[in-house]
Amino acid sequence: MDALILARMQFAANITFHILFPTISIALAWVLLFFRLRWRRASQRGDAARAQGWLDAYRFWTKVFALSFALGVVSGITMSFQFGTNWPGFMEKVGNIAGPLLGYEVLTAFFLEAGFLGVMLFGHGKVGERVHLMSTFLVAFGTTLSAFWILALNSWMQTPAGHEIVGGEYHVRSWLAVIFNPSFPYRFAHMLLASALTCAFLLTGLSAWQVLRGVGRRSAAPVMRTGLTLAAVLIPVQIFVGDMHGLNTLKHQPAKIAAMEGVWNTERGVPLLLFAIPDAKERRNHYEIAVPKLASLILTHEADGEIRGLNDFPDAHPPPLPMFFAFRIMVGVGVLMLAVSWLGCWMLRRAKWQPQQLPRLLLWGFAAMTFSGWVATVAGWYVTEIGRQPFIVYGLVRTADVVSAVPSPMIGLTLALYVTLYLALIVAYVTVLKYMAEKPDAVLATEAGAITARIAKGGAA
Amino acid sequence: MNLMGFDAALPVIFMALMGVSMLVYVVSDGYDLGVGMLMHRATDAEKDVMVASIGPFWDANETWLVLGVGILLVAFPKAHGLVLGELYLPVALMLVGLTLRGVAFDFRVKARDTHKKTWDRLFFAGSMLASVSQGWMLGRYVSGFGTGWNYTLFAAAIAAALPMAYVLMGAAWLIMKTEGALQERAVQWARTAWAPMIGGLVLISMATPWVSATVRERWFALPEIIALSAIPLMSGVALLAVAGLLRTRAVRGPLCWLPFALLIVVFVLGFLGLAYSIYPYVVIDQLTIWQAASSPAALKVIGIGACISVPAIAGYTVFSYRVFRGKTGELTYA
Repeated sequence: MDALILARMQFAANITFHILFPTISIALAWVLLFFRLRWRRASQRGDAARAQGWLDAYRFWTKVFALSFALGVVSGITMSFQFGTNWPGFMEKVGNIAGPLLGYEVLTAFFLEAGFLGVMLFGHGKVGERVHLMSTFLVAFGTTLSAFWILALNSWMQTPAGHEIVGGEYHVRSWLAVIFNPSFPYRFAHMLLASALTCAFLLTGLSAWQVLRGVGRRSAAPVMRTGLTLAAVLIPVQIFVGDMHGLNTLKHQPAKIAAMEGVWNTERGVPLLLFAIPDAKERRNHYEIAVPKLASLILTHEADGEIRGLNDFPDAHPPPLPMFFAFRIMVGVGVLMLAVSWLGCWMLRRAKWQPQQLPRLLLWGFAAMTFSGWVATVAGWYVTEIGRQPFIVYGLVRTADVVSAVPSPMIGLTLALYVTLYLALIVAYVTVLKYMAEKPDAVLATEAGAITARIAKGGAA
Repeated sequence: MNLMGFDAALPVIFMALMGVSMLVYVVSDGYDLGVGMLMHRATDAEKDVMVASIGPFWDANETWLVLGVGILLVAFPKAHGLVLGELYLPVALMLVGLTLRGVAFDFRVKARDTHKKTWDRLFFAGSMLASVSQGWMLGRYVSGFGTGWNYTLFAAAIAAALPMAYVLMGAAWLIMKTEGALQERAVQWARTAWAPMIGGLVLISMATPWVSATVRERWFALPEIIALSAIPLMSGVALLAVAGLLRTRAVRGPLCWLPFALLIVVFVLGFLGLAYSIYPYVVIDQLTIWQAASSPAALKVIGIGACISVPAIAGYTVFSYRVFRGKTGELTYA
């Protein structure tokens, strides 16, 4: 295989592994803050049983957060190196734009979260209640700020704006235009909602698993209620934002839409393909199952709207096969999320918010959906990133022109090393989460003394 | 460069900032990695205290590496590609090591008891792999990525010596942060690591001028050599003081912080020596910092951010160290 494909596979492997963990931790940080505040309010009202439930939830999910955060950090560090090892030409060409954005991410966000994480995780009781709450807030704020900078850069690579090219070098004309480039608001909102939904289904799924195993009595109910409510409220919002993001893409990256929908020729009244196998060699689809005119209706909001086909972009469009399926996987999981969260919310409400009263089949369904957010997020990112090909900066810089000169066997060797490590770590992560969910008392017991002592000192106030 | 305008000074400022980030990384993650490499010598209860002593800090410590590499990436993009291309394999190995070490922190306390031993082993192995790789990278970098058996030997020597320096730092950290039997063992570990570390340091100091003509000319010229001799002399005094301290009773009591502080001085001196050897190159004999730098406009934008955020980072780093000051108790999530 040639070095370009290997370098792309390696970067894709790393970025796929990396995004799993920030996707959880961005939203989970805010959820932890919510648990903390609920615990505080219940304690102040003197509702000891409820307060204990929220405290258990906070402590248990803090551990999940710590683990997810650590995995995000180590894979993020790997990425900061791979920019240089895999794409040395990228920084040489657009370093004046990408550099400051990445620099600001490290300076404002990475340090903020890493600096206060220690206090947030281990400082309860060592610092005042207010300082600790503030640390938790700063970690949550830092993770979101980090997403802001990274998505600003990513969106600039998709829909570059605010730059000028002087003598072959890229310079910034307006930072505001670079950061708030055309696709940024949509991508940022889409990603934050994806994080919230991933987190919501993780909360719901692990709680359902606890109920099925008959453990975690105090915290499973409030956590599941939080997770399901969050999912049920946000999934329609996400579908709406996703649609707007799609329209934005149609405007700025029509080749990406054509690949997603398997449209080869520019046509009016394009059918929506439910299934097909796009064939890049023969430049047509096999085994089409289509709904007439629906794609035009969805994308242009007109039954006879025109959609440009892949043949309009010779040698400058992404491969349709992975795009077509990744997009359908994302949408499919989204629809499933909508059905499960609305049904679940309604059933749980009818069961007076007692998850023990829910049918076991539904609980199994929740458990099966625990990591559904990961599937949708990764599929969505594949659509976005493969859809940018063959460019690294859409329409301006080709990926092939910035790849490193490292010999392919070397890339292949390290790729095998990374993939092995990442697969092992994903297995370890899921296994440990399952173990923690099944043995919450063992996980929480070690610190019971410290907490009791602090509550005795009036720390809950 | 007679009249150095602000634009021409910018790359120098960024080189300094990058150097300081790398120095802070080497010192701070150095003790983390050192503690990690001492893990296999400790009892299970001691392992928990050792991990607890670095638990609240390691994450922020590693961020300095990201900042250092980040500055290399954003301020000196041409050097970033060259350096990381040359160091492709050791960088990958270091990243695998740092990944293993980083995740073992969390997995070891959350996994099933029977798996804890495996994670402890991975903690040790990851720390070792990262340290050895960093030593190799340092050796290759200092010698300008030269080819030939002497360059390989030189890199191998540093790959062996840097972990020793980290172990000494780790032991000194434990002397400062722990008490009782573990502190006593840490003193022993420090004494064991001292001699090989000195051997490595002397060897490297003698070998560096041998592998690099540029460094040789820089150091062995009058009158520079007289002023420069302060660096090895002061390092020598600090290291001898560490050795002396390790034999005293005070190091177990009120002076427990002193070996660690002295070792930081040694690292800072070593860094200054290195900076003197390399400046104004970012890759020795190949690329000066001006050749490798981004446009002044881009550097200014990052510079403004750095001026605001680096003091803030320093502020909350100090805050975090103050929160977790004193001897390490049992570390609990709360």
